[in-house]
Amino acid sequence: MLKKKLNRSIGGTIALFVLLALVGLYTSLPLFYTVSNAFKPLDQLYKFPPPLFVANPTTDNFIELIQLCSEYRIPLSRYIVNSVFVSVVSTLGNLALASMAAYPLAKHTFPGKKLIQKMVVMSLLFTSVVTYIPQYVVIAKMGLLNTQWSVILPMFMMPLGLYLMQNFIMLLNDSMLEAARIDGAGEFRIYASVVMPNCKPAWLTLIIFAFQQVWNNNGNLYIYKEAQKMLPALLSSVAAGSSSVARAGVSAAASLLILIPPALIFLLSQSSVVETMSTSGMKD
Amino acid sequence: MSIAGTGSSITGLGAKRGASEKIRQTLRQVKQHKMSYVLVAPYMLFFIIFMVIPVCISIGLSFTNFNMLKVTEFVGLSNYKRLFLEDKVFVTVLKNTLVFAVFTGPVGYFLSFGLAWLINEFGRGMRTLLTFLFYAPALSSNLYFMWTYIFSGDAYGIANQMLMSIGVLQEPMQWLTDTRTMMGVLILIQLWASLGTAFLSFIAGFQSLDRSLFEAGAIDGIRNRWQEVWYISIPQMAPQLLFGAVMQISSAFSVSTIIMSLAGWPTTEYKADTIVTYMLDMGNTRYEVGYACAIAVFLFALMLFTNNVISRMLRKYSKD
Repeated sequence: MLKKKLNRSIGGTIALFVLLALVGLYTSLPLFYTVSNAFKPLDQLYKFPPPLFVANPTTDNFIELIQLCSEYRIPLSRYIVNSVFVSVVSTLGNLALASMAAYPLAKHTFPGKKLIQKMVVMSLLFTSVVTYIPQYVVIAKMGLLNTQWSVILPMFMMPLGLYLMQNFIMLLNDSMLEAARIDGAGEFRIYASVVMPNCKPAWLTLIIFAFQQVWNNNGNLYIYKEAQKMLPALLSSVAAGSSSVARAGVSAAASLLILIPPALIFLLSQSSVVETMSTSGMKD
Repeated sequence: MSIAGTGSSITGLGAKRGASEKIRQTLRQVKQHKMSYVLVAPYMLFFIIFMVIPVCISIGLSFTNFNMLKVTEFVGLSNYKRLFLEDKVFVTVLKNTLVFAVFTGPVGYFLSFGLAWLINEFGRGMRTLLTFLFYAPALSSNLYFMWTYIFSGDAYGIANQMLMSIGVLQEPMQWLTDTRTMMGVLILIQLWASLGTAFLSFIAGFQSLDRSLFEAGAIDGIRNRWQEVWYISIPQMAPQLLFGAVMQISSAFSVSTIIMSLAGWPTTEYKADTIVTYMLDMGNTRYEVGYACAIAVFLFALMLFTNNVISRMLRKYSKD
């Protein structure tokens, strides 16, 4: 251990820290400004250079945000209900279907398994925006346009969740499953009462990835009725005036509020995420 | 001669019998693993509807003039002919896509790896905080609205104020609509958002490294950190590096949301549009779905090709 420390020169350490500080500053500056601008009174928003910290914090921006929203035809509560509904149903659906499929893909050998695994890995490449045009045709044919199901149902098959769960379950001890089988448990029973309780880190990770993706979806691509849309859509219309700095405070307040749910989930499940991602590797 | 003939006919028969035997065996296995299929089926149903069918549809429609309004006709390769030979805008967006991909792909990839490596030096609490700070752009893509405050086109935008106060600019710059600056500014912003899934995978990879190898390495004459990461960490992390590459390619070629929200859709003279935003423009605004599908097929091919080349490179490296 002592030897290892000696290997590292002080100059190198300082250089690394300077680099880390610079890149860190660059990546986290927007986050800092979002937080501080949200609490800045109007006069400080226009100050130059823009103060990083707030001198006399105010909740004016949040109050103005609520006032702005109440002037809209659609009440704020509607967007919140839509966002929560879409995010929760998509995430739970993805969790249920992906974990159920991940168990046999990880632990059974059956004809067609290799093909499915190959397709899933390949589809990790294709984000929803890449397949958007043909997906639009499918969703239109199914009569789902203008409904929230157009956002929810495609989320059920988010391949990243399945991929991570499968890799995690592969590492579970076979003897545990064998013991349950000897006790007469069926495969579904094994999935529900042996596999699932033992891969909690994996499903927490799936939840954070699925939730973060759908929570940031405004629904604009498949939904044209304003009353069906989600929170980020409201944010874009509130912030529409922010190409001039006029609404910088209000849009910062809105961004901050929207960040809170995924940030909380991420911070609470961070160690699970790390544990799961260590199994994310592609062997071949 | 005749003996040889009988011989070959016997082996032919054997092969036939072998094939039907194989089918029977497969069927037996399918029956035996009925429950596996039942568990996989619900996911696969959605996977087929929203992934397999769309990919197949785009290949099929790319040979037609489908536009959701008129009767669809088979037009052969004319969409592809238009794409490669006639469409001047496509050349621009292809070039833009590659520029974005080079910056957010490799640069983002190495940045993710470097930062994960540095973060690993800290204790648990600090590590959690730093991971959160770097990953925040991916957690809420809405944070990019803050960039409109920095690159705002009026005299109050931070970049404009800063450059005007030191006299570099005489009047405010329209950062996000001026064709001279928008590409650069968008690359900066896209790079900021490029620490994603790969970054988390690398952090996890560093934390699950086998500690004893570092001590063994020190005895074997590893002198500094660079050698340590090169000879010990990277070879052990090959699977994570491969996964990270796939995720990074996926996001590098689908750059679109930030461009569309900050620089407009389409951007000034298509100077900052990518294949994805151009495809959406064709399919969604102009209803030229057949042509948009040809663009999609090209994009699929480009992504699969890149993925193939990079995986092969990484595998070769990890085997050496």
